[in-house]
Amino acid sequence: MAVGNVGVVAAARPPLRVRIRELLDRERVLGPLFITPALILIVLLVAYPFCVALYFSVSNAFIGRPSHFVGLKNFINLWESDAFRQTFQNAFVFTGTAVACKLVLGISLALLLNQQLWFKRLIRGAVLLPWVIPTALSTLGWWWMFNSLYSVVNWTGIALGLMEPPGPNWLGQKYYAMTAVVVVNVWRGLPFFAITILAGLVSIPRELYEAAEADGAGPVTRFWYITLPLLKPVLAVVVLFSTIFTFSDFNIVYVLTHGGPINSTHLFATLSRQVGLESGRIGEGAAISLYLFPVLVLVVYAQLKFVRKQTY
Amino acid sequence: MSRRKLRSKILAHAALVPFLVFALFPFYHMTLTSLKTDRELYDRAAAPLLIRQGVTFEHYTKLLWDTSFLTWTKNSLLVTVLSTAISLVIGTIAAYALARLKFFAVGSFGTGIFVTYLVPTSLLFLPLAQIVNWLGLGDSKWALVVTYPTFLVPFCTWLLMGYFRTVPKEVEECAMVDGATRVQALLRIVLPIAVPGLVCAALFAFTLSWNEFIYALTFTSSSEEITASVGVTTELIRGDSYFWGSLMGGAVLGSVPIVVLYVFFLDYYVSGLTAGALK
Repeated sequence: MAVGNVGVVAAARPPLRVRIRELLDRERVLGPLFITPALILIVLLVAYPFCVALYFSVSNAFIGRPSHFVGLKNFINLWESDAFRQTFQNAFVFTGTAVACKLVLGISLALLLNQQLWFKRLIRGAVLLPWVIPTALSTLGWWWMFNSLYSVVNWTGIALGLMEPPGPNWLGQKYYAMTAVVVVNVWRGLPFFAITILAGLVSIPRELYEAAEADGAGPVTRFWYITLPLLKPVLAVVVLFSTIFTFSDFNIVYVLTHGGPINSTHLFATLSRQVGLESGRIGEGAAISLYLFPVLVLVVYAQLKFVRKQTY
Repeated sequence: MSRRKLRSKILAHAALVPFLVFALFPFYHMTLTSLKTDRELYDRAAAPLLIRQGVTFEHYTKLLWDTSFLTWTKNSLLVTVLSTAISLVIGTIAAYALARLKFFAVGSFGTGIFVTYLVPTSLLFLPLAQIVNWLGLGDSKWALVVTYPTFLVPFCTWLLMGYFRTVPKEVEECAMVDGATRVQALLRIVLPIAVPGLVCAALFAFTLSWNEFIYALTFTSSSEEITASVGVTTELIRGDSYFWGSLMGGAVLGSVPIVVLYVFFLDYYVSGLTAGALK
């Protein structure tokens, strides 16, 4: 009824309007028109800044000073600096450990959440909570929990007899600081793993398990030969996503340790900010952040090549 | 049989306990700290897991009246609401075009959106800071309104593409056979069907921009322009050393808007989380 009305009104209007309307009905016109805003945004504020970053990385840009082309000097300087080499190592240790922990714990948690539970919704809600709260703010909570004088972690550890008083100085000692940063990252990233893997678990047909059970397969065999192989695509996606976002993490390290003690927890993002903004050497800072790029390329390549094969 | 089932059910709950403690304890401890008196807070003999010497709201009143916390929250709200609205509009039309229309290079644009979705903010914050300055938006919350869509639009587009694909083409074609234009069919037929997807995209965009930290930290610095996350992590830590109560209070209050949304829309969060990664 309403639709019919519109047609009549349109016929009575001036031809220009009709022509625009007809043009908008063509997919070849409407399609590009609809993606233009997104395209402009991406070109101006993603692609262009990326080119600026590339330029900065080969220049001696410094805050408030004209910059000149210096070739690969920034990259060479970086490899000669202890802070950068330490950061490079940290990035892989941090990402490797955190993603591995999240994967193992995520599968376990997803398997538990897939059981018959009494307060299913409530438990899911609680499990997902760390993922939705602002990371910078929740990390402040962890900062307080790892405080050198009032650490509740140490208090509990000592009370349970697991630690020698006064317990470790979490954020002041090299390996403990890295452990703390990894723990917070796992805490925050685990919900994403668990909930996504759970979605994968739910989609596995029940009949497969029933058939396997009828054939006498135990729970371990069923997990190994049914669950894991069928989960593989989901696990691949989750690990790839998490790798890029863990590798480029900034918030947790910035709030918890500022990269310290003695650069032992710096990641590319935090070092890049310290060098590029706090010390003003934008060129070098940009060069550091560009180290995130190869990992991004690898992840995108893997996603497009192996994971999205079916959809495109 | 049923006894075995009951036993395994109880076992599953028991095994979940450590996970739940791990997930929730930081929030418990933050809230607890924000409600303790300074005397108890800095008493090393007191048990940190409980409040024994009475609850106080002095940290909250200090936070609200002696700091700019309310301004920061207002800034956060402004930036979040605007950038969410902008991104939702841009993302919706782009997603519709990518999911439904056939035109030049549609496939490669879809891939482009996906790639942008994966670009971490920490890769681009340095050059963006320069661009923000060139635009005359240095140290302004408007810089955030302009830059947040760079990660929100790819996300919304990606999420909504999945939803639009689930709307049967025939419904739309019916309307068009009846004389509706494509734009009318989108507005009156497709969008109403895709409301759950739109709610989901809006929720995630709101959450992502409320939680954003590195851009806010880099592009804004004065107390009148910064967001809640930045204000709490930078301004509350300066100066006096006995700040833990109001710092934790700030962290708790800064999370409240998200927690409220989360409680009301839990199912959307769960479905959006998996859709964003898997579709």
